[in-house]
Amino acid sequence: MLVANRGEIARRVFRTARAMGLRTVAVYSDADADALFVAEADIAVRLPGSSPAETYLRGDLVVAAALRVGADCIHPGYGFLSENAGFARAVADAGLVFVGPSPEAIDAMGSKLAAKELMIQAGVPTLPSTDATGLSDAELARAAEDIGFPVLVKASFGGGGRGMREVHEPGALAEAVAGAQREATSAFGDGTVFLERLVVRPRHIEVQVFGDTHGNLVALFERECSLQRRHQKVVEEAPSPAVDDALRARLQDAAVRAAQVLDYVGAGTVEFVLDPSGAFFFLEINTRLQVEHPVTEAVTGLDLVRLQLEVAAGQPLPLAALTPTLTGHAIEVRLYAEDPAQGWLPQSGRLEAFDVPADVAFTNPVGPGIRLDSGFATGSEVGVHYDPMLAKVIAWAPDRASASLALAGALARARLHGLTTNRDLLVNVLRSQAFLAGDTDTGFFDRLGLDVLAAPLAGDEAVRQHALAAALAGAALRRAGATVLGGLPSGWRNNPTAAQTVSFDTAVVRYRHTREGLAADVDGEALDVVVLDIQASDVEPTDDARVRVTLERDGLRSAYDVLVVGDRHFVDGPDGSSVLVKQPRFPDPQDSIAPGSLTAVMPGTVTRVAVAPGDQVEAGQLVVVLEAMKMEHPVVAPTAGTVTDLHVQVGQQVETGAVLAVVEAPDAGKAPEAGGAPTTTEGDPRAS
Amino acid sequence: MSSPAVSDNRTALLERLEELDGVRAQANLGGSQKSLDRHRARGKLTVRERIELLVDRDSPFLELSPYAAWGTDFPVGASVVTGIGVIEGVECMISANDPTVRGGTSNPFTLRKGARAHDIAEQNRLPYVSLVESGGADLPTQSEIFIPGGRAFRDLTRLSAAGIPTVALVFGNSTAGGAYIPGMSDHVVMIDGRSKVFLAGPPLVKMATGEDADDESLGGASMHARVSGSADHLATGEVDAIRLGRQIVRNLNWRKRGPGPSRPADPPLLDPEGLLDLAPADLRQPLDPRDVLAHVVDGGRFDEHKPLYGTSLVTGWASIHGYPVGVLANARGVLFREDAQKAAQFIQLANQSDTPLLFLQNTTGYMVGAEYEQNGIIKAGSQMINAVSNSKVPHLTVNIGASYGAGNYGMCGRAYDPRFLFTWPNAKSAVMGPAQLAGVLDIVGRASAQAQGRDYDEQAAAAMKAAVEQQIESESLALFLSGRLYDDGIIDPRDTRTVLGLALSVIDNQTVEGLHDGWGVFRL
Repeated sequence: MLVANRGEIARRVFRTARAMGLRTVAVYSDADADALFVAEADIAVRLPGSSPAETYLRGDLVVAAALRVGADCIHPGYGFLSENAGFARAVADAGLVFVGPSPEAIDAMGSKLAAKELMIQAGVPTLPSTDATGLSDAELARAAEDIGFPVLVKASFGGGGRGMREVHEPGALAEAVAGAQREATSAFGDGTVFLERLVVRPRHIEVQVFGDTHGNLVALFERECSLQRRHQKVVEEAPSPAVDDALRARLQDAAVRAAQVLDYVGAGTVEFVLDPSGAFFFLEINTRLQVEHPVTEAVTGLDLVRLQLEVAAGQPLPLAALTPTLTGHAIEVRLYAEDPAQGWLPQSGRLEAFDVPADVAFTNPVGPGIRLDSGFATGSEVGVHYDPMLAKVIAWAPDRASASLALAGALARARLHGLTTNRDLLVNVLRSQAFLAGDTDTGFFDRLGLDVLAAPLAGDEAVRQHALAAALAGAALRRAGATVLGGLPSGWRNNPTAAQTVSFDTAVVRYRHTREGLAADVDGEALDVVVLDIQASDVEPTDDARVRVTLERDGLRSAYDVLVVGDRHFVDGPDGSSVLVKQPRFPDPQDSIAPGSLTAVMPGTVTRVAVAPGDQVEAGQLVVVLEAMKMEHPVVAPTAGTVTDLHVQVGQQVETGAVLAVVEAPDAGKAPEAGGAPTTTEGDPRAS
Repeated sequence: MSSPAVSDNRTALLERLEELDGVRAQANLGGSQKSLDRHRARGKLTVRERIELLVDRDSPFLELSPYAAWGTDFPVGASVVTGIGVIEGVECMISANDPTVRGGTSNPFTLRKGARAHDIAEQNRLPYVSLVESGGADLPTQSEIFIPGGRAFRDLTRLSAAGIPTVALVFGNSTAGGAYIPGMSDHVVMIDGRSKVFLAGPPLVKMATGEDADDESLGGASMHARVSGSADHLATGEVDAIRLGRQIVRNLNWRKRGPGPSRPADPPLLDPEGLLDLAPADLRQPLDPRDVLAHVVDGGRFDEHKPLYGTSLVTGWASIHGYPVGVLANARGVLFREDAQKAAQFIQLANQSDTPLLFLQNTTGYMVGAEYEQNGIIKAGSQMINAVSNSKVPHLTVNIGASYGAGNYGMCGRAYDPRFLFTWPNAKSAVMGPAQLAGVLDIVGRASAQAQGRDYDEQAAAAMKAAVEQQIESESLALFLSGRLYDDGIIDPRDTRTVLGLALSVIDNQTVEGLHDGWGVFRL
């Protein structure tokens, strides 16, 4: 069996395939050459290039690869070609089995408008909507009035929130439609969009359905996926806290009816939006395995991939699937390499540490436990080409609160370093009163506020202690690596006059070992701790180094693990995690960046340059647009001023930190000549 | 540890250490709070801040002669900080003017302190880094400075000639004679807008030639970096100058020539803290040096040589921070013939095996009296002094108690050029003890009066005796001697192992070779 996908879902499918005795084939892009799923496959076939369009979206190459290695069937995973009827046909035409529904069913659901028509006919409740294609601005406005604001602009062929815009007032409508069309055209090759009523305080409820070629069609209960960011799911669970048995019966009935219209075969998901009154409306059918399928597996005990493969092989659904039972509660979180506090900015780079305490991977835990589905490991690179999801972490427990807290605990203990993740956000969500009360809807993040939810687990006091631990770890490594006098006491002085000083990006630590013990302060505030032990792992000083620093404060003892990678100090403690970046002790004057420089916050491509050198710009005015991770990132002038330098042009690739342009404020850059007068600013050694 | 005498030692030592802290605090403040504030207001780092930034993070720094000029008319510390620090993994001699002390001008003690730093750098092959900011000579004392002071420049280029690199970081004024510090250094960093290096400033040039010239054109850093070539590097500020100084040392491609440590460097058997209980506040207290060694040497391991012979002196082998050493330590004050000969033989053995020697002084001198004179105490003492004088292995000396009479010589006192000499706060040194000296004067005076047939004024004699006793007592104290640079610093006894370990590593920059010419080892 060939899996036409990558990352965790490829590994997930391999796991079941292997259990069923199948040999596994991976296809991989150049960017994924070192990925785990490639190494784990029995055979891997390279798809040259790195962008999805060159690789995982090339159905012809995938089919050719399958034929070349003699595969019998192709599993599309989710995303990429999973809902591409043309691909499903090409697979069948090549004499191979496509693990999924019929091309007709995919086609029928591929157009959201057509799908909706079908559902209306089948008696499934739907939202009022209008096709926006070819409408003038005035016609659009009228259509929107008919539906009633707020309205949602959606791409017909979209998915995953792309090509989607919320519009709350008529004035923003035209631009939203144009933007959605643009995004849909670039993402799906079809710019068709429609308008739809936006449900207030909606919950996203979906029903897992399964059909076989023997006429069986079954609903495997619901999942709630209301917690979304930018229309992408973040937390998913089964069952929904908002669904009682009666509602569940109605939902399942509607879902089965929807699937029946399509003679649905295989795994599918019927998505509904549920309003606070209990009314629900059909959204769409996903004709594939969902990302969040593990929560259904956890509460039913089924292996959905196994069911897919059995159905694809023409077997009837087993009794366990036909008479499913719902046991306990499962919650899944998507661990992303992204910075929620920075507008969910995707992150890329090397995972310096990736260790999630889990009981099992890619399969249901036996009893209460944690399941980890991930395509990454320590040392993996998170690239810019694909979705930055690092892992799905799933907890099962007899009840919802237990599952939530167990999952939060596992995430809090995870060692995740090298790039910013949404881990702290996830933990905060899972531990929040609102979530524990089941008070979830798609506005959850906006309502509770990212400032609260994305707050780091490590509070100010913990960060201070982390900074000290990082400084002491650095000192221990410097002593261990010293070529002379390494055996003498750290920082020994016969005439002590100053403490050792280490500046991190967020804290300045001073410390001195005295006969009475450690004297330390962080940002000038004394930190009264006793150093019980500093244990460096036995490594070359040039390598990444691990140091365990055990401190005692007010009689409370805690151990901190510090991972030092270059200037970055990753600290994990019982009170959270921190990243501290050591600042250079001696800044090289040549390295300094001119004030007013606008730098790239992530690697990407310049798609637009909105200014020319010499232009006067206002604060907030657009200067450059970067496209990275499939998203547009506007770079704006921080202050009013003059564009004195422009370093990029459209199409140019830039690295993180690259200076894109310099905007000089009117009174900047006119510092008096140094001359003999002591006007130069000296570094303060206490701050270095 | 539980006996009352022991805790008396600790109490007395801690008092002395507190007194020393006070003296250093005065030196660390620089000239005055006012001049320090003015210095900072100019955006300048203090001399010790410069050094802290220059040395590797968390590395040890041994300040030398911190009590120089104590008890004199000059400020303690002598307006210069010298010490051994690690720069980019290289042990360096650092000499830095303190511009807050009378503009960093040099007085006779500044000169002596600098000369001592030069000697240490030369003997031990330490790259020499000067942090220059000095107004030149302290003019009121020019007569004591001008002529001998030329040595500083000569020493710099001699270091260079000996293959020992010299680096000058010029933070401010370095004018007139001071211009030759960067002038004679191998590598020079000047700071844009700060360094001022010229033979004569605008007024003197005007007087001499009538030329109108400003500071910058006469000696600015930019001029020296771009025009005269007197500077190799132009720094943007003090921190940048220190960065460049570290860069220079990094590129010295420095290699130590010594054999390196060769023994396990495990901690001593006993916690060095216990040395405060051991260090005798009253020098008449006996002190077994083996107890001291148990607090100092690796694992407390001490393999004694000739333990049953000449038992007033302990000799044997140990290691400190992995460096092997031969130890000579007084066990019972007085040195007898056997002890002297044992020492001479042991020194020969250390030379034969190229092992550095550590002298732990606690001696009242060689034994006197007819029996001992007839037994040849002078011959034996001469043998020991001969051996100490001509031994070629590095010597380290620590005065842990008494150092009186010729015992000071035989136990490698200052005049016998140990590579380093440190003193415990309780230690004393003089030609003899105050009471003995006063007593001798009394006897001589009495004899003289008798010979001249006059009465001996007992009352005047008693007063004289007391006065002499007090003078000798104060002149034999550690702080007095350290103020006159008769040692390289008073150390906290608990730091003995650290200081000696550092010294042994410093010594290791030079080859460690004993005297191998001539005879075999004499069995004395």
